Amino acid sequence: MAEQALTGGSDPHPALFDAVLELADDHLILGHRLSEWCGHAPMLEEDLALPNMALDLIGTARTLYDYAARQEGKGRGEDDLAFLRVEREYRNLLICERPNGDFAQTMLRQLYFAAVMEPYWAAAVDSPDAVIRGVAGKAVKEMAYHVRHAGEWVIRLGDGTDESAARMRAAVAELHRFTGELFEESTASAALVEGGVLPARGDLRGPWDRVIGMVFAEAGLEVPEVPFPQTGGRRGLHGEALGHLLAEMQYLQRAYPGATW
Amino acid sequence: MYSQGLIGADGATEETPEFLARFQARIDAEEKIEPNDAMPEGYRRTLVRQIGQHAHSEIVGMLPEGNWITRAPSLKRKAALLAKVQDEGGHGLYLYAAAETLGVSREQMTEELLSGKAKYSSIFNYPTLSWADIGVIGWLVDGAAIMNQIPLCRCSYGPYARAMIRICKEESFHQRQGYEIVMTLARGTPAQKEMAQDALNRWWWPSLMMFGPSDADSQHSDQSMRWKIKRFTNDELRQKFIDATVPQAEFLGLSVPDPELRWNEAKGGYDHGPIDWDEFWRVVKGGGQMNVDRIRDRKKAWDEGAWVREAALAHAEKRAARKAALAAE
Amino acid sequence: MAHETPLWEVFIRPRNGLSHKHVGSLHAADEVLALQAARDVYTRRGEGVSIWVVPSKAITASDPDRAAEDFEPTADKIYRHPTFYEIPDEVGHM
Repeated sequence: MAEQALTGGSDPHPALFDAVLELADDHLILGHRLSEWCGHAPMLEEDLALPNMALDLIGTARTLYDYAARQEGKGRGEDDLAFLRVEREYRNLLICERPNGDFAQTMLRQLYFAAVMEPYWAAAVDSPDAVIRGVAGKAVKEMAYHVRHAGEWVIRLGDGTDESAARMRAAVAELHRFTGELFEESTASAALVEGGVLPARGDLRGPWDRVIGMVFAEAGLEVPEVPFPQTGGRRGLHGEALGHLLAEMQYLQRAYPGATW
Repeated sequence: MYSQGLIGADGATEETPEFLARFQARIDAEEKIEPNDAMPEGYRRTLVRQIGQHAHSEIVGMLPEGNWITRAPSLKRKAALLAKVQDEGGHGLYLYAAAETLGVSREQMTEELLSGKAKYSSIFNYPTLSWADIGVIGWLVDGAAIMNQIPLCRCSYGPYARAMIRICKEESFHQRQGYEIVMTLARGTPAQKEMAQDALNRWWWPSLMMFGPSDADSQHSDQSMRWKIKRFTNDELRQKFIDATVPQAEFLGLSVPDPELRWNEAKGGYDHGPIDWDEFWRVVKGGGQMNVDRIRDRKKAWDEGAWVREAALAHAEKRAARKAALAAE
Repeated sequence: MAHETPLWEVFIRPRNGLSHKHVGSLHAADEVLALQAARDVYTRRGEGVSIWVVPSKAITASDPDRAAEDFEPTADKIYRHPTFYEIPDEVGHM
């Protein structure tokens, strides 16, 4: 893919396609996961809240895929990029593809992701790239709400009943090992960070730690030691769950090649 | 919708002939009835049953379409479908709230749905087998629902009418969304067109059944009409639906699966073949392919959500206690 | 069903300059969740810029059986309305 981007255009940064695709994949895959809840939430009010968050993420993914496709300049569109790549070509963070688990895991995953993306987009509103600026201006508000919504739930579940507290602790044990990857730079994104187009992920650690620390303190949760942090999404090295997600998501596009929907 | 003080209250009214006549006079004068107003027990019961069924239909209705959210074929379709199914949840929520003004709680209504005591629209007991089903459901099932719901915006019971106004406003995109999907398929590859025709074949008759039994066999109709809970008969609405839908199918180049369908110049509407009411009653009584699955899915969501709801309540108590302790200092 | 999640009434200000208007109800365990749910349920189409949530049980309502004594006595106090007074047209708008 890097090669495609390199030969695609002259003006834009050669790594832009890959870097934008990474972001798009994060949002699509996590949005897809959230959409799986629709109709199955613990209460009707959450049956509305979860799709709202999913729609925010899918909306951002669409803008980013569209931008990536135009960067590439090979006639591919947002759906080609979203639906017609193979597993190893998806660049999303591992945490985005983790199965929903129970409501505690879903809310914690959302908090982890949104707490990094809120400061990310906040920094990106000053990007010299107009599309990134546009996405950032919208997404920063959406992520602020996701932090609040998911954060309030993590607090309630952590400091609710014995059962909910145990489930919340299990969610932390399950998901915390994927959080290191939130702050890693890929080759593509590193190049754009250097050009000042995208925010540096390393700078997000402080704000993220503060938010998680505040929520965990209220929730009665502890930030665990992670002996074996998991990473690899940016290089297409995923867990086994992603392939199943893609098989489902891509079914129609694969079964009827070239059709319009 | 704040008559919630009434939950569990004794709604009994002494129903003298004078009281009933006064009530009927209010209805006849197109006055709206509001939650705390005195009303005949039968009126209250009819509304609780109807609004409850309506709410359950929205909630169970999330499942067949939800079945395709993760397989929607494009990002645009995925977002639209997700927003649509989310709307159904919202509509269920508004309707439960309307019913709650009559002295039942959402929990009670949910228990009745899960125990099989309360009914919901039978259409949702059919499976969604292809992407075309999503289009046809939006076009026909939402189309039929809208036909049913528009008169309900003028229903005599205020909270129900207000909920319906909001619902109808939001639902206006649902049918268009569905029709656009079917249109895209009908103009697509031969395989896509076949998919669309197959979906129409499977959903046409169940959609007609959505208006309920023929007027001759409908047990609740007359009194509901007098109380202006209902404004048109089942057969009147069904006829309106057929007359509106057949030309839409023709436009798509799809054929309606009814060999007896003919335009009747004299009545200014279509004549149609006989509806298989045995199938209708079989599905109502639990014999549809998906009846068991739908309730099982709802029950699973409800049971597996219990610990979340309990945790939120437990936390709320702790918060309140902490606040009180702080205030006492 | 041990205990039920409380009911809240939702009021929304459609835009600044207008007052909050009752739009519906929802269930939530506490006021923070109620506000979030109100946002997610009742403002999906840009319906508002401000939300109030009030526990339903905190509302005291007038009794419809007393509506006659509450509201009908004002019907004949027509001198409270401008049209009660006769001012010649020449005076102009007043």
